[in-house]
Amino acid sequence: MSYLAKPKLHHPTLPANKLGFTRRDYEGKISTLCAGCGHDSISAALVQACWELDIEPHRLAKLSGIGCSSKTPDYFLGASHGFNTVHGRMPSVLTGANLANRELLYLGVSGDGDSASIGLGQFAHAMRRGVDMTYIVENNGVYGLTKGQFSATADPGSKSKRGVVNTDTAIDLVAMALQLGATYVGRSFSGDKEQLVPLIKGALAHRGAALLDVISPCVAFNNHPGSTKSYDYVRAHNEAVNRLDFMPRRDTITAAYAPGEVIEVTQHDGSVLRLRKLAEGYDPGDRLAAMTHIAAYEARGEILTGLLYVDAAAEDLHAHLKTVDVALNRLGERELCPGAAALEAINAELL
Amino acid sequence: MFAAPWAGAIALRTAGRALKMTSNVRAGNTPRIEAVNDFVIKFANVNGSGSASANELFARSLLRVGVPVSPRNIFPSNIQGLPTWYEVRVNERGYLGRRGGVDLMVAMNPQTWEQDLAEIEPGGYLIYDSSKPILASSFRDDVNVLGVPLTDLCATRYTDPRERQLLKNIVYVGVLAAMLGVEPEVIATLLGEQYKGKTKLLQPNLDAFMMGLHHGREYFDDALGVRIERRDAVGKRIFIEGNAAAALGCVYGGATVCAWYPITPSSSLAEAFQKYCSRLRVDKQSGKNKFAIVQAEDEIASIGIVVGAGWNGARAFTATSGPGVSLMTEFIGLAYFAEIPVTIIDVQRGGPSTGMPTRTQQADLLSCAYASHGDTKHVLLFPEDPRECFDFAAAALDLADRLQTPIFLMTDLDIGMNHRLCEPLEWDDSRSYDRGKVMSAADLEAGKDFGRYLDVDGDGIPWRTLPGTHPSKGAYFTRGTTRDAYANYSEAGSDYLYNVTRLLKKFETAKLLVPQPVLRAAARPTRFGAIYYGSTAPSMAEAIDELQADGVHVDTLRVRAFPFSAVVDRFIADHDCVFVVEQNRDAQLRMMIVNEQGVDPARLEPILHYDGTPITARFIIGAITARMCADNVEPISKQGLAA
Repeated sequence: MSYLAKPKLHHPTLPANKLGFTRRDYEGKISTLCAGCGHDSISAALVQACWELDIEPHRLAKLSGIGCSSKTPDYFLGASHGFNTVHGRMPSVLTGANLANRELLYLGVSGDGDSASIGLGQFAHAMRRGVDMTYIVENNGVYGLTKGQFSATADPGSKSKRGVVNTDTAIDLVAMALQLGATYVGRSFSGDKEQLVPLIKGALAHRGAALLDVISPCVAFNNHPGSTKSYDYVRAHNEAVNRLDFMPRRDTITAAYAPGEVIEVTQHDGSVLRLRKLAEGYDPGDRLAAMTHIAAYEARGEILTGLLYVDAAAEDLHAHLKTVDVALNRLGERELCPGAAALEAINAELL
Repeated sequence: MFAAPWAGAIALRTAGRALKMTSNVRAGNTPRIEAVNDFVIKFANVNGSGSASANELFARSLLRVGVPVSPRNIFPSNIQGLPTWYEVRVNERGYLGRRGGVDLMVAMNPQTWEQDLAEIEPGGYLIYDSSKPILASSFRDDVNVLGVPLTDLCATRYTDPRERQLLKNIVYVGVLAAMLGVEPEVIATLLGEQYKGKTKLLQPNLDAFMMGLHHGREYFDDALGVRIERRDAVGKRIFIEGNAAAALGCVYGGATVCAWYPITPSSSLAEAFQKYCSRLRVDKQSGKNKFAIVQAEDEIASIGIVVGAGWNGARAFTATSGPGVSLMTEFIGLAYFAEIPVTIIDVQRGGPSTGMPTRTQQADLLSCAYASHGDTKHVLLFPEDPRECFDFAAAALDLADRLQTPIFLMTDLDIGMNHRLCEPLEWDDSRSYDRGKVMSAADLEAGKDFGRYLDVDGDGIPWRTLPGTHPSKGAYFTRGTTRDAYANYSEAGSDYLYNVTRLLKKFETAKLLVPQPVLRAAARPTRFGAIYYGSTAPSMAEAIDELQADGVHVDTLRVRAFPFSAVVDRFIADHDCVFVVEQNRDAQLRMMIVNEQGVDPARLEPILHYDGTPITARFIIGAITARMCADNVEPISKQGLAA
């Protein structure tokens, strides 16, 4: 067998969500990635986020490109339709899927090779169109499946496992997404589930293009001294601007915070992003300031994480295209075909 | 060797033309072509000078007096400044193919003077702007020269330079109306329709037209031997570009998602889809759109969007040309292997590479039929005119859903970007869309076994489910890698074989679903056959008629789709020699017939036209007769043996 089905053991004590599903119901097949791979942690965070959000698994479609990260949609949400597309082209396929049926949630999973190299163009254009999706880049700075070549997000000066030093400038997808008009932009670390899960939940609840750049160390090819994407390096240089609590709806603040310490952002669906500030004066509603802040940290070799930007009033591609509220794939002849009489009228105009 | 009693007739026929030339002397010894409703007029203009609408006005006016025309734009890859031509074939017998040769040249572009002059048939006519003197040596003795001081006429009447330029075109339409005897009321009516509600524009145009008309009547009474006479030969036919008709086919066929990237000659198709959707597909109550059109960042994204939409159950298409198909090939392979409905309209142009972006060819057959790496085969449809562009576009959307695979609609620049007279578009209101094998929630609930790649019905076509259908049943993972019949990832050779042989079976099923070939038998039994397709049709029909009139009988088969039906095999078997007439260099259809049908190549004689201009009846007649005559010559070796 070239895949492993996960044994479905019954655990009566596992907690169920409002739909009666346990976390197990959001899992997929057994991962075939290396033990300790950051991507598996992200899959686990996705399972946790979807379970907590009470998402009906079949109402979510998961799409990916090609590469280690793009394999992961097979390892979570087994009850969802998934699509492993071609290298670097997940954004266009997701765009088309979203246009066909706006009633589902769309999760795009990609990697740094998939999004920052071969798929940079599609990444950019999906962001600028405001496709309603959660786009996760599982960013490890290397090509894993082809055994350790640098990717375009590798920092200059970082060293490969074989000792080669990268001299090319790194592409920062977060900075690009901000520039291109993404309306929910965050960065996180696969080793920080506490930070990652609420970020995913906020992204899934967001209407518009949501990008999460998740640093996800490659244990096989990029977890050594000299790498800037190793567990040790990221732990030592992770600077969170805020801590996000995701709440499905507004409720009163129970914990005691000093004034000015908390920002609340209400999204379209009524969900609330409660942000506890960690960095002095950081405003995630200010796109230009966020870009400057990120650049300043990057220059110092620090990795800025958290919810870096959110526009709660964002509009998505369907709003731009003024499409009907119902899913286009549900329209039939009656709604779509103008009929013989209209065609005769057109014929009459054509001479 | 067979006798050829008709050989002499062919020689006569191909040497001259059917037009009558008189030695009527007018201001010299120049012969005059004499013809009623049967000639070619060509306008040589400068791109961006506003000539296009005036030229189209002229062509439409002839249709309004019941005389069939087929106009063709011969345009540069340029917006302003380079030469452009508009060629109108006038033919009351209804032959709409390009004829070749020019009887009347309206030479408005000094840049191309020599080329334009050389193209005129002996006894033909040159109409030019005589405002500035031109050396007598610049003309031809065997061409009738008619100078019209167009610039001077406009300079005296108009002050605004742009107006002088634009209205000059309308003035020559007026002059031509007088020379040819086109009813002025018809042109005035057309102008009225064109500028409906825009009196400020209508008045100067009418004025310019009348100025030209009066000038023509005053100075060029009986100057031409060719003229227009009212007929009733147009009937109920419509005049439409193939791109617009294909776009309407997509509207009627239920396409809701269109993703495209601008490329000549297909851009006007997506734009027409936008236009017709804005008119026909806006929800009356909400004012919202029952369609989504994305101008993508490139052709790769265009096809990606179409693949995503098709996967998710919406009817989706893209329109492109050869270079776009080249970029799409990886996705086409995915759609083939992962079995996703996709409709691709390829408006073919001259290749390879950027090739001749504004010229026509049928040279993408191989690149589309076998697009992508690995073993792939795709369904191609070959419409002959705008009417079939409409029919086949709607059919393609049904076929894509039924077969769960990419369907190519193979039109070309000649059909796509030129107005063509064709049968009115028709739609049967009782027709319903064929959405193919899609399992519903009820099917899944009823416990039907769902294996995404399981051949349940024996036709090679599996069932699919759409995302979001059922809470716990029917979800599967789509991928371009090998998988088993239940869509689980697999590296087992047996699983791979199961899938790819099933795909072949599906291709066999496609043969029964695609449009069948059209057979036209000659008046008498014959050992000669000709296979053709697409935009070659009008010239082919004319060529066969002409040959038949000369006693040469050829049966024809117009292929309308790939995979080929058994009719193609029978047709080839029934004839000793089969000409395969195409507009490409490498005989691509012939190659496909040889390979796919296992036909002896010696039985298929290629006739190939690929200079970027539409194929003509003259060319076909010449090529067929040359091959037949060559067949009559005894091989030298045999002669030697006999001696």
